[in-house]
Amino acid sequence: MNIHEFQAKQILGRFGVPVPKGHPAATPEEAAKAFETLGLAKAVIKAQIHAGGRGKAGGVKLIASAAEARDFATRLLGKPLVTHQTGPDGRIVRRVYVEQASEVARELYLGMVVDRKAEGVSVIASTEGGMEIEEVAAKTPERILTEPIDPVIGLSGFQARKIAFALGLRDKQVGQFGALIAALYRAFVETDASLLEINPLVVTKDGTVLCLDAKMSFDDNALFRHPEIRELRDANEEDPAETEAAKYDLSYVNLDGNIGCMVNGAGLAMATMDIVKYYGAEPANFLDVGGGANSQKVAAAFRILLADERVKAVLVNIFGGIMQCDVLAQGVVDAAREVKLSIPLVVRMEGTNVDKGKQILKDSGIKVIAANDMADAARRVVEAIGQRA
Amino acid sequence: MSILVNKHTRVITQGITGATGQIHTRACKAYGTQMVGGVVPGKGGTEFEGIPIFDTVEQARKATGANATVIYVPPPFAADAILEAVAAGLELVICITEGVPVLDMVKVRRYMRGTRSRLIGPNCPGVITPGECKIGIMPGYIHKPGDIGVVSRSGTLTYEAVYQLTQLGIGQSSCVGIGGDPIVGTSHIDVLKLFNEDLATRAVIMIGEIGGTAEEEAAQYVKDNFKKPVVAFIAGQTAPKGRRMGHAGAIISGGRGTAADKIAALKAAGITVAMSPAELGITMQSALAGKAA
Repeated sequence: MNIHEFQAKQILGRFGVPVPKGHPAATPEEAAKAFETLGLAKAVIKAQIHAGGRGKAGGVKLIASAAEARDFATRLLGKPLVTHQTGPDGRIVRRVYVEQASEVARELYLGMVVDRKAEGVSVIASTEGGMEIEEVAAKTPERILTEPIDPVIGLSGFQARKIAFALGLRDKQVGQFGALIAALYRAFVETDASLLEINPLVVTKDGTVLCLDAKMSFDDNALFRHPEIRELRDANEEDPAETEAAKYDLSYVNLDGNIGCMVNGAGLAMATMDIVKYYGAEPANFLDVGGGANSQKVAAAFRILLADERVKAVLVNIFGGIMQCDVLAQGVVDAAREVKLSIPLVVRMEGTNVDKGKQILKDSGIKVIAANDMADAARRVVEAIGQRA
Repeated sequence: MSILVNKHTRVITQGITGATGQIHTRACKAYGTQMVGGVVPGKGGTEFEGIPIFDTVEQARKATGANATVIYVPPPFAADAILEAVAAGLELVICITEGVPVLDMVKVRRYMRGTRSRLIGPNCPGVITPGECKIGIMPGYIHKPGDIGVVSRSGTLTYEAVYQLTQLGIGQSSCVGIGGDPIVGTSHIDVLKLFNEDLATRAVIMIGEIGGTAEEEAAQYVKDNFKKPVVAFIAGQTAPKGRRMGHAGAIISGGRGTAADKIAALKAAGITVAMSPAELGITMQSALAGKAA
């Protein structure tokens, strides 16, 4: 789960990480008031969307009056902002963040991720702040330092110093940075974050180390123990179908094609998308109904698939392990009746209780194109939309 | 022979009275697995369909001589269940539970260093040696005893591969689902090493997916050390960048972990890559024929 910059800064601030003072605003009036509350000569106003590249896209501005805050907020709010990460339609800006302006001497990069190889949290640091770390990794990998943290010991003082010196910090900045990164690590672990990026981490002209931007993502599997973080979810930043799917504990990702896919298991779901493409069509989605699906969940999945108007045919591919084919079949029948299915439906089923499942489909009177195996299913569904035999 | 489990393996179920635990303990017992005990804190002294239940894993191990455990407890308690199994000295710990917080797994892996336990999973279908021992949620009937090893991050896609092999009359030595999470107990390479040493395994199907670099590392291992033919498939060739595809591990981030990268690495290691998931079985069939000829 992702959150906005201002939310990340509020969380980090609570852990004692130095972040600029700021206030979020949802209207131009609130933006003007936020500027006045800050009571400073200068401030920065930043569009709040779940995407990077806001500065280059015109979503960030230095301002010197409440009137300027109001004007810029009026220009941003309610309109899409297109950055290189949003896609061509951009994201609607629903909030801006008005924060204390900083005089920047140096821009650095500091990140923390769950590192598969190290089987723990690793710090990623680079002198190349303000750039995308992937780009730095591709062009100048020698400028990136990766430091794994022992989950039992935590971040050690020597590690903090090692990173500080690698970033070219000196004198009292080293101590400041040590406190900053220790607080960051605490914030990461105590909120079950999966990614934390401070880009840039800056050294100001008066020599202070400060988090100028902040991005945090959280482990969805751990949200059950962080109700306060779950509250920060912004449904406006998510695809409505994906939000609907999440309600039923379905894993759904919207794609660009016209074959709706319903599959159990993430690997098989990806493989089903792949085989649809292999036979010449494009999948409309990734949809994993999971292992313990009941017929209501299957019916919900079916409704979500069919709500997408681009979907011209549906391919159901189920290999029952935990999932029982008869349960799946009942869900499909219920949903097809409820939505008065009018597009071709291809079903491939195998595994636990497959004979019972096939019987349910047969007895239902619903027009189902039965497939023998995965390749057969893909061929038939592509044929059904008349794309290619 | 086989890897990890065989007819002598003695298994307990942690979470035996939960809905999933009941269904699959029953199915594994019916398959012929020696299901010797169960653990449910507070229900020690009772039994489930003739299988004795204990309060702790340690008690269960001592009373039953179990050397393996399978875990079905809910995600908030799964890491603790793994720790309990490792502390009790069980050799093989298989965690089926899906949705375990990744930082819980970080602690578990740190705790396991230097212990004699092997963890499979979490978020995995389990391990089966066809005809001898099934531990987990895979449907037993699709398997057939034989000499092909199968290793995969994905559950249902493993069933797909196994079923294709069985339809062609090709049996399996052992099939291992290592799980789709970013941090799991056993990697592709760990399983390949076991298959390399296993006299009963003649060739291996390896199924990977987008995200991480485990498949690339496995490819390097195969190139340097593996003595048997390998057929591979990578799921997620059509997955968009930056989107998590169900499995927490399956995400292409920063242009890394793409299917194209992985397929290139596998091919460079001399591995035969099936481009369609429907062709895993026949690709193995022709790889075996090529080897014989």
